[in-house]
Amino acid sequence: MAENKNNITRRNFVKGGIRGGFLAGLGGLVGALIGKTAKTHTVWQIDPEICIACGNCATHCVLEESAVKCVHAYAVCGYCDLCTGYLMPEAKELDTGAENELCPTGAIKRTFVEDPYYEYTIDESLCNGCGKCVKGCNAFGNGSLFLQVRHDRCLNCNECSIAAACPSGAYKRISIDEPYLPKKVGRA
Amino acid sequence: MKRLCLLIIPVAFSLFSCQVALGVERFPPPDFESGHQLPQTTYPPAREGVYEYIDVAVLLGALSLSSYLVLRRRSRREIFALMLFSLLYFGFWRKGCICPVGAGQNIVLSVFDSSYAVPFVVVLFFLLPLVFTLFFGRTFCAAVCPLGAIQDLVVLKPTAVPFWLESTLRLLAYLYLGAAVLLAATGSAFIICRYDPFVSFFRVSGNLNVLIIGACLLVIGVFVGRPYCRFLCPYGVILRQLSRVSKWRVTITPDECINCRLCEDSCPFGAIRGSTTDWPKRDYNKSKTRLAVLIILAPVLALSGALATRTASGWLSRAHPTVRLADRVYLEESGKVADTTDASLAFRGSGKPIEELYTDASNIQAKIGLGSLIFGVFIGLLIGVKLIKHSIRWHRTGYEADRASCLACGRCFDYCPREQVRLKKIKEGAEGGE
Repeated sequence: MAENKNNITRRNFVKGGIRGGFLAGLGGLVGALIGKTAKTHTVWQIDPEICIACGNCATHCVLEESAVKCVHAYAVCGYCDLCTGYLMPEAKELDTGAENELCPTGAIKRTFVEDPYYEYTIDESLCNGCGKCVKGCNAFGNGSLFLQVRHDRCLNCNECSIAAACPSGAYKRISIDEPYLPKKVGRA
Repeated sequence: MKRLCLLIIPVAFSLFSCQVALGVERFPPPDFESGHQLPQTTYPPAREGVYEYIDVAVLLGALSLSSYLVLRRRSRREIFALMLFSLLYFGFWRKGCICPVGAGQNIVLSVFDSSYAVPFVVVLFFLLPLVFTLFFGRTFCAAVCPLGAIQDLVVLKPTAVPFWLESTLRLLAYLYLGAAVLLAATGSAFIICRYDPFVSFFRVSGNLNVLIIGACLLVIGVFVGRPYCRFLCPYGVILRQLSRVSKWRVTITPDECINCRLCEDSCPFGAIRGSTTDWPKRDYNKSKTRLAVLIILAPVLALSGALATRTASGWLSRAHPTVRLADRVYLEESGKVADTTDASLAFRGSGKPIEELYTDASNIQAKIGLGSLIFGVFIGLLIGVKLIKHSIRWHRTGYEADRASCLACGRCFDYCPREQVRLKKIKEGAEGGE
């Protein structure tokens, strides 16, 4: 801090001027940005209407186990016996045998409700976010299964690695106040 | 029953496939006779927004404390403790996101892209270290930056890097900064985040290539102090310039340099500049001619820089997903490739006209082309200015920390006998051996 005790020298004067200029510049930058800053922090989320369930979510997350999981909107589900999100297209038997299940980790549980309805629930600890069920459900069913970034797991990286690898541009930053884009009944 | 089902499946699939385009529920959600209640889908909440402000508060506190420790307390031990805290908090606890180094990209994107609103917290993260550097020097690098901290831990056998090599390698950081700004401004990618070498360590998972780069940097860091900070860090480049005009600065000696040269080798980052002697007359005349040549050379360098990046702009623009997609769709349309990719399939599924995609892509390419021209001029001029700067003899009467390069780590303090006097470890006058 010795320098400050000196009298004003030309060098210090110039430095002070440049410093003032920098400060003014930074202030100007903030001033210019203040109008368009987002009040709340943002988080990454998948728009299920754009997502094509390509499977990148399972492999491109920086986490060992992806932050993306399959989510089930029960109100949208048709509770089909013949669930194309649950069963392999060429399934030999329509039962819970692993060889008939579409899910590679067996994360979807099928329970009988009443004839002819079955309920499908996802064991999130097993789901790896590969989206195979989502693809199946979207292709022939109601599309009640969809992928979402789970915010208890997501690190909210500044550049989401999955977003960078997303082929359909389904990732977007949304407000932290409403951090999910759930599927709703009666979407057009 | 099962036989029947097996027969039904193919029929059902073919029937359903006709309805794929419909977006509404194909099967009406059932009315349960048994009165079955639908389970609620759970949505684990995101991290509370207030915690982001706590991060800002911690950053502010760490910066203030770091500046106080470096300039007032002058204690390497305390700086080190704060550095460890920052490594644990910003690194391992917050997993390295968000950090001021990457935050600049959000600012740039927000300036150039009207649809992107940068969160206020990110602005603060970018700004606070800059303001602190303007007043106190690079105290952010000293004890707040987790990337610096993890490298600082492995500085075991530092060797001196020749000045010319150091100065040349530092160009990498400017190139990195320029490319990062260019790609962030055009919304292509955040390369500082993508290639952040140490963030994989903080998360104990990540891209393998980046992990390998990080491990290499740490191994190099054993022998060359803080290689990322000195030769690559794009934020460090900005801090360097601001630190040149900081109000207060790190001084090796607490009062007056006695030219004892004890501190000479104490800096593992090559930031200590010694006393200068006057030049011999002959050298002086020679360097005057050299300076004149270099000043004329600067515009030439700027021009050749522009030419170099102009050719690289095609490659740079492939960082943008839209450009990549347009390239791919063009290849498919012109029959040069037979297969499709997920991206091209998704694009065709979206129903957007191909012409629109081509227009978008060429707009982006034009922007990146212009940007890379500016980038090239910037790099060319930078090399010119560097050459000019190094051909000017700066006058120094004592040993001091270079304003720009000093990372304020505080290692040199202990080497100074005047510091020992200040700490009353040795008596006044004991340092004068003559």
